[in-house]
Amino acid sequence: MTILIDLGQTPLPDPSGVDEDRPRAIDPALPRVDRIFYAGARAVGVLVLLIMGAIGVFLGVQSIPTFKRYGLSFFTQNQWLPERDILGISAVLLGTFTVAVVALAIAFPLALSVALYISEYAVPRIKGLLVSMIDLMAAIPSIVWGLWGFFLLQPRAINLAHWLNVNLGFLPFFHVDTDPNAPVWAQSRYAASAFIAGIAVSMMVLPMAAAVMRQVFSQAPLGEREAALALGSTKWGMIRTVVLPFGRGGIIGGTMLSMGRALGETIAVVLIISPSFDIKFRPLEVGTSTVSALIAGRFGEATSAQLSALLTAGFVLFIITLIVNTLAATIVSRSRSGAVTD
Amino acid sequence: MTDQLDFRENPQEANAGILPVAEPDHPRATKSRTQDDLFSFVGAVAGALALDWLLYTKILPFSGTLGFLVLWYCLFLALFAGATAVGNPSQVVVDRVVGAAIRGAAALVFFALFTSIMFTFVRGFPALTHLNFFTKDMAGVRPTDALSRGGILHAVLGSVIEIGIAIAVTLPLGVGTAIYLNEVGGRFSKVVRTLVEAMTALPSIVAGLFIYTILIVMLGISRTGIAAAAAISVMMLPIIARSADVVLRVMPGGLREASLALGASKWQTVRQVVIPTVRSGLATALILGIARGVGETSPVLLTSGASTYTNVNPLQEPMNSLPLYVFSAVRSGEPEFIARGFGAASVLLALVLILFVITRFLARQKVGKR
Repeated sequence: MTILIDLGQTPLPDPSGVDEDRPRAIDPALPRVDRIFYAGARAVGVLVLLIMGAIGVFLGVQSIPTFKRYGLSFFTQNQWLPERDILGISAVLLGTFTVAVVALAIAFPLALSVALYISEYAVPRIKGLLVSMIDLMAAIPSIVWGLWGFFLLQPRAINLAHWLNVNLGFLPFFHVDTDPNAPVWAQSRYAASAFIAGIAVSMMVLPMAAAVMRQVFSQAPLGEREAALALGSTKWGMIRTVVLPFGRGGIIGGTMLSMGRALGETIAVVLIISPSFDIKFRPLEVGTSTVSALIAGRFGEATSAQLSALLTAGFVLFIITLIVNTLAATIVSRSRSGAVTD
Repeated sequence: MTDQLDFRENPQEANAGILPVAEPDHPRATKSRTQDDLFSFVGAVAGALALDWLLYTKILPFSGTLGFLVLWYCLFLALFAGATAVGNPSQVVVDRVVGAAIRGAAALVFFALFTSIMFTFVRGFPALTHLNFFTKDMAGVRPTDALSRGGILHAVLGSVIEIGIAIAVTLPLGVGTAIYLNEVGGRFSKVVRTLVEAMTALPSIVAGLFIYTILIVMLGISRTGIAAAAAISVMMLPIIARSADVVLRVMPGGLREASLALGASKWQTVRQVVIPTVRSGLATALILGIARGVGETSPVLLTSGASTYTNVNPLQEPMNSLPLYVFSAVRSGEPEFIARGFGAASVLLALVLILFVITRFLARQKVGKR
């Protein structure tokens, strides 16, 4: 506009004869089809909001009687004995975290390696194939990983667990409460453990972490990669100084996303573990329980009060998963690499 | 590519013999694998094998194929590092060892994927060879009966019906939400997006427990296919809405703006520009969500009940489904029934693989169009 006014200062031939510039009136009314479209889209949005919100509110409201009834002891009690009115989730929460920690301890290095392999080491020709194989791995039903863990992995993993106990049993988390050097070692003490369930869960959550990491790694700036190589860096030197720092947000975020999934995993865990409600951190030893396994095992015979307690346990699990996922999303989006990630 | 080839085919004609004909440019081979690389690798593999054999069979009290392979790999890494250290600076040693370790770990993951698929099909093969496995249900069949009796027809039909209802509910809602979030927007849409992203954290078992409490305990509906479909829908809706949202969000804004600038209404833009552009990506995301929904056991475990007979009415009577059938079969402890479970798991896995191949096909179409 200013330019126009400046131009207007030069004498015009006949100012009175020309109409002044006026903004054209823009008709703000939308076409009817658009009004219908906006209304429909908003309606869907509101409906989904209501459904999702109702679930969250319902879980929260259902938890109130339980918290009133048991108070803080709901978090400190480890037994789940509805017939004696003793309920608590400390043991199952610990079990949930044990399985998730084992799963992440295995999934993290493997996911990082796979992501680095696909983005840095693999021949370009097979990259697409490898990426879709990771996607396929994510699509494999959890029950199949459960079968894999129970029938294929367990008979082999107990040997590994035994070996760890014999040689590294002085570390508290490799200890198993049995005589490791007995002439015939007690195989059943090493089966159905959080360790084996954790391996199965790790295979389930690994593709998610690997996919996020690979995507971030592939966005590492080419100029910086080439600069590192031009300065005489080896391939690993380039990865260590360019790709990994650039992808740090994706590494942490992807790992936490997969942790969110690991916390809620049910079927593979139910298939493998034998339920136990002891407070212990001995992943190699038989018996553990997770929140989701508790729900799957106990919902059938539950009275309405117990059902509310189970819902509360589920609500606590949901809140934990929600916090982990939100943190992960924040880390991925805040990091330098996250700006273009989706 | 064609342009370059056409240009180089007749350089003489273009020059008309005046200028000397330049050699066509060749990219320099950047992948320089030296003999040192090759020999230290081969030597380390062979040396590790020999040393492993010696340690394993003669010195250490170990046994088992798995341990042998693990020890071989560890020895290989050590020998590879040692062989490289002769005449190479430490950076090269680290580079080679880390490279070998990363390749090894990646191979391990793909091996695990391969074993899980092969194991399921191999163990499921005895059941799959019987035709009645696909055409009969389990009505009147005892768990101990031979594989020539009974089948999984009821579970297949149940899975198809339940996932069909879930798709009919979640697909319009999920895609509609994504369109709302991206095409309509506004302050309120941020609330919806936040909530949808939050609900993707809902563990599937909690979704099942929610439906179980509401429909079965509170409203007194018995365990039916519709309850299972509702549980699957609750689980799938955030996943589908979120992945559709991600697909729509990466669509280039220029196309949208060009359409609006040409005078198209918002609805015309969505229908004729946005949807056709993202169609293949959208289909891929949706099918992956469906694959997730069809394989998930925990929602149906709580809500559908396990029938042994064929039931195609989702409103009445329990209805079995493939994941639930697999779960109850392998927990029964009967060898014949476990074999059936693996057969059903193979069918489920094949279903997921087919869905997956379809997504790859759609994704490739997208690349071809560009």
